[in-house]
Amino acid sequence: MEHIRTTKVEQVKLLDRFSTSNKSLTGTLYLTATHLLFIDSHQKETWILHHHIALVEKLALTTSGCPLVIQCKNFRTVHFIVPRERDCHDIYNSLLQLSKQAKYEDLYAFSYNPKQNDSERLRGWQLVDLAEEYKRMGVPNSNWQLSDANRDYKICETYPRELYVPRIASKPIIVGSSKFRSKGRFPVLSYYHQNKEAAICRCSQPLSGFSARCLEDEHLLQAISKANPANRYMYVMDTRPRHRMQSWWATQKDIGRIILNAMANRAAGKGYENEDNYSNIRFQFVGIENIHVMRSSLQKLLEVNGTKGLSVSDFYSGLENAGWLRHIKAVMDAAIFLAKAIMVENASVLVHCSDGWDRTSQVCSLGSLLLDPYYRTIRGFMVLIEKDWISFGHKYSERCGHLDGDPKEVSPVFTQFLECVWHLTEQFPQAFEFNEAFLLQIHEHIHSCQFGNFIGNCQKEREELKLKEKTYSLWPFLLDDQEKYVNPLYSSTSQKPAVLEPNTVAFHFKFWRNMYHQFDRTLHPRQSVFNIIMNMNEQNKQLQKDVKDLESQIKQHKNKQTDGVLTKELLNSVRPESPALKTSLCLKEQTLLPVNDALRTIEGSNPADNRYSEYADEFSKAEPAVVSSEYGVARMTC
Amino acid sequence: MEFSELIRTGQAQAELLRGPEMPPLRGTLCVTGHHLLLSPGPQATPDLWLLLLRSVDSIEKRVAGDAGTITLRCKDLRVLQLDIEGVEATLDIARSIEALSSLESVITSFPFFYRPKGLRLGEAWHFHPPERYYKRIARETWSSPLPVPQTRAWRLSEANEDFSLCPSYPRAVIVPRAVDDDALARSARFRQGGRFPVLSYYHAPRGTVLLRSSQPLTGRQKLRCAEDEELLRAVLAEARPGARGFIVDTRSAQAAKQARMTGGGTEAKAAYPGWKRLHRPLERGRPLQESFVRLMEACGDPEQSMDRWLSRLDGCRWLSHVKEALSTACLAAQGMEWEGACILVHGAEGTDSTLLVTSLAQLILDPLSRTMAGFQELIEREWIQAGHPFQLRCAHSAFSHTRPKHEAPIFLLFLDCVWQLGRQFPLSLEFGEGMLLALFDHSYASPFGTFLCNSEKERPVSALDPST
Repeated sequence: MEHIRTTKVEQVKLLDRFSTSNKSLTGTLYLTATHLLFIDSHQKETWILHHHIALVEKLALTTSGCPLVIQCKNFRTVHFIVPRERDCHDIYNSLLQLSKQAKYEDLYAFSYNPKQNDSERLRGWQLVDLAEEYKRMGVPNSNWQLSDANRDYKICETYPRELYVPRIASKPIIVGSSKFRSKGRFPVLSYYHQNKEAAICRCSQPLSGFSARCLEDEHLLQAISKANPANRYMYVMDTRPRHRMQSWWATQKDIGRIILNAMANRAAGKGYENEDNYSNIRFQFVGIENIHVMRSSLQKLLEVNGTKGLSVSDFYSGLENAGWLRHIKAVMDAAIFLAKAIMVENASVLVHCSDGWDRTSQVCSLGSLLLDPYYRTIRGFMVLIEKDWISFGHKYSERCGHLDGDPKEVSPVFTQFLECVWHLTEQFPQAFEFNEAFLLQIHEHIHSCQFGNFIGNCQKEREELKLKEKTYSLWPFLLDDQEKYVNPLYSSTSQKPAVLEPNTVAFHFKFWRNMYHQFDRTLHPRQSVFNIIMNMNEQNKQLQKDVKDLESQIKQHKNKQTDGVLTKELLNSVRPESPALKTSLCLKEQTLLPVNDALRTIEGSNPADNRYSEYADEFSKAEPAVVSSEYGVARMTC
Repeated sequence: MEFSELIRTGQAQAELLRGPEMPPLRGTLCVTGHHLLLSPGPQATPDLWLLLLRSVDSIEKRVAGDAGTITLRCKDLRVLQLDIEGVEATLDIARSIEALSSLESVITSFPFFYRPKGLRLGEAWHFHPPERYYKRIARETWSSPLPVPQTRAWRLSEANEDFSLCPSYPRAVIVPRAVDDDALARSARFRQGGRFPVLSYYHAPRGTVLLRSSQPLTGRQKLRCAEDEELLRAVLAEARPGARGFIVDTRSAQAAKQARMTGGGTEAKAAYPGWKRLHRPLERGRPLQESFVRLMEACGDPEQSMDRWLSRLDGCRWLSHVKEALSTACLAAQGMEWEGACILVHGAEGTDSTLLVTSLAQLILDPLSRTMAGFQELIEREWIQAGHPFQLRCAHSAFSHTRPKHEAPIFLLFLDCVWQLGRQFPLSLEFGEGMLLALFDHSYASPFGTFLCNSEKERPVSALDPST
């Protein structure tokens, strides 16, 4: 509270980011403890959470006032013009303070109170149960068991307490292997494919240096390989680009040649598995770049799409220079390789990168998404994020910059994962139970710090913060609003080939407008097929309800009638009953017809089919005859 | 001429590879006058596969051992590979296909032989004669709420009955009532190819009109033509007293000036009061064709990396052309809707980018043209009857090795623009992507005669409607 100097500024202008005519809205700006609020003259409210603010800039003073540009982590950019410079300065300073908190306890999640009692909160946290999930996969079984080695975070601080390892791997082997791996992240099970008996495992890079080898680590890999009876060999996927590793090796060797051995040993100590030491293992490199490359790539992308009046060729060359889509494709290719290794070759795969919490999480989770239809449901997707990202220690707080920390640790790794999922939904519109809005909402909340799920860097830290007692879980809130996130085209039955095989030819990758221009209303199409389908679904449900009501009414009437027949014999008083019955019958027939109709179109579940029926309305409505012109280049797709 | 002269080998054993997702097809290959047939052996399913020879764009043959391979690249952008047994047979078939696919004469083409069941010749022709469109305009002008001089401002002129005024216009065109046929004739002499300004679309809600023409032949001496000026003045006078007009020139100002050297030019500002000239350069002709070829090359390479794809997409500039076309059409539409101005669109000849702009503007303004029937009418009226030279423009597609002379995928550009509109307004178009694709296929090679010939004048000459 002590940071807020001005709580209310009037006559503030909000500029439209892409309009060429400098359109603007005038309104009042409010500053609260958690939000920045702008209410324009039409009473439309724009809320910006302080945690979402990535960058505040005060531009040079102009004649109309002092411009203030705020860039958010959810890719919203707002441009205010504050009439008085002092107000602008106050707001600027307050926002600078408020958007960068130094302590976890100052984050919004610790003060957010959605009016739930403790038991509801607890139930919310228990919604996603990972032990249950491993049971669903079919572990523990004869080959895999739950290990209690990390029960007290003794072996690895960034892993969860419960880890699944091959049954034949004894505790000394695990301990030995963890000493050989960076940050103690030894190979553990991430996903188990029940039918193929193959597993996806994950770990961090070995500290192999020059010639160091670790027998325990070799044993553990053997054990993973043997836990898959169907195949003799297994894959080790190093998700880093090979040329980097080779140049790294080369420098290591040079150092070794020049400097004394002892010195070199200290300098060295990281790398990849020496192929000679591991038998029956195939090594595979997939070139996913590191977090720093990704961060600057996204930065470039945002610069390109923030440009006003972009020409088509500038857009494409900018997109190319940013290299963002190339990175997306690399992640996707890695996941496809993973899925193929399991489905086609029946081989287990061990995935690692440097530390095993960024690229490894991406590849493991996407791979499981391709393999298992369960993860493509709303609930399953939550489980997947909880398992591969949260529990295995993806450093959300550092990667999303929740606290005022090292800017070099910030990187859009999770955003990239969501974008890969979005590309899959584009290629397989029927395979996912959730829609784009669901992905956007999750992206919103990894930065918002409104819920406790994404706070902290690993499970140990979360327990120390007592998140489960002090904050709320996001998932029950998403499930409450489920109808907003349901994909109307989803059909669980049409998933005959349960494994998705996406095509990664270059032109399948396109710019995700709804993510990067989510808040630039003028750039979006003004008609939405999705809304129409949802409305029709809604209507359909209503009509079905009507039918049920009427049918039950008929039953009642019939009962009455039979009663009446009984009584007629006694009382001869059935006549007043019949007219009512007739009308209700007529009613029933009338309503039934449209219901059948609607049912048929829905079962087609094809947007094109449904669309035609809408045209009659569409044209009879006073639709503005002019489909006027907004040419955001982002909308040009090929 | 007999087709049999061109067919060297009628039959051969062959295997067809249709891309990675379909299984190869084995059977006997047959070359007929218009088709390539492949019938699988009797034991296989009776799945007869056939290809219209006219749609073959380029052909490549390769011989290895005693078998040969022919790669056919079709105008509808399919790529097919035929493995044929026997070297002699391969060469013969390749030669036959080459000869048959590049027949020049219209009369021998397949639409003259195609007789689909259930359709009688000549029946479905003239679905949308100009008279019908005139009736609609007349109705709209009558019912228009605007003041009296508005009504009955346009008439159907049959000055072009024998195509003497303009060989590329239809017989009947819609012109202002105040201008008589003699004036039209003189105006036609002043415009390139005789394409004097005619009405293309009447925007009833605002009472504004969209006209199209070709460039005026001002030449170096800056000639003027009183009748042409009178015609355009009449347009403005009838729209609304004091109405303004815009002339959208689809060339750059530079190019328009250069055109004076060859006798063309633009309207002088002083001679046409009330009209304002705007230049919106749209690419046409060879650059467009090259852009299309480059686009197809980029699409045909599945192994390329992400960056390479983006730079090639950027390099071919196809999407820039799409954007330019759409924004020019939007400019015209906005002028008509918001500013209440009349628009005259012309380029050099008025048969390519002019039509692109006028038809897109109508699609944007007129909900009726976004229906299935309305869109067909639009194409019939704005492209076929308005004299887009389909025969010349669509002779070859992206894979042809011959030097492009008149080819330009301007109609494809139009279809692409429509598709982009459909992406932005998914609920506004009654027809889907399939319709656009079918139109594209048929404009290049078709069993129907709709897109044959270059203008209305040529069509009766080759007797299209009684025989296709």
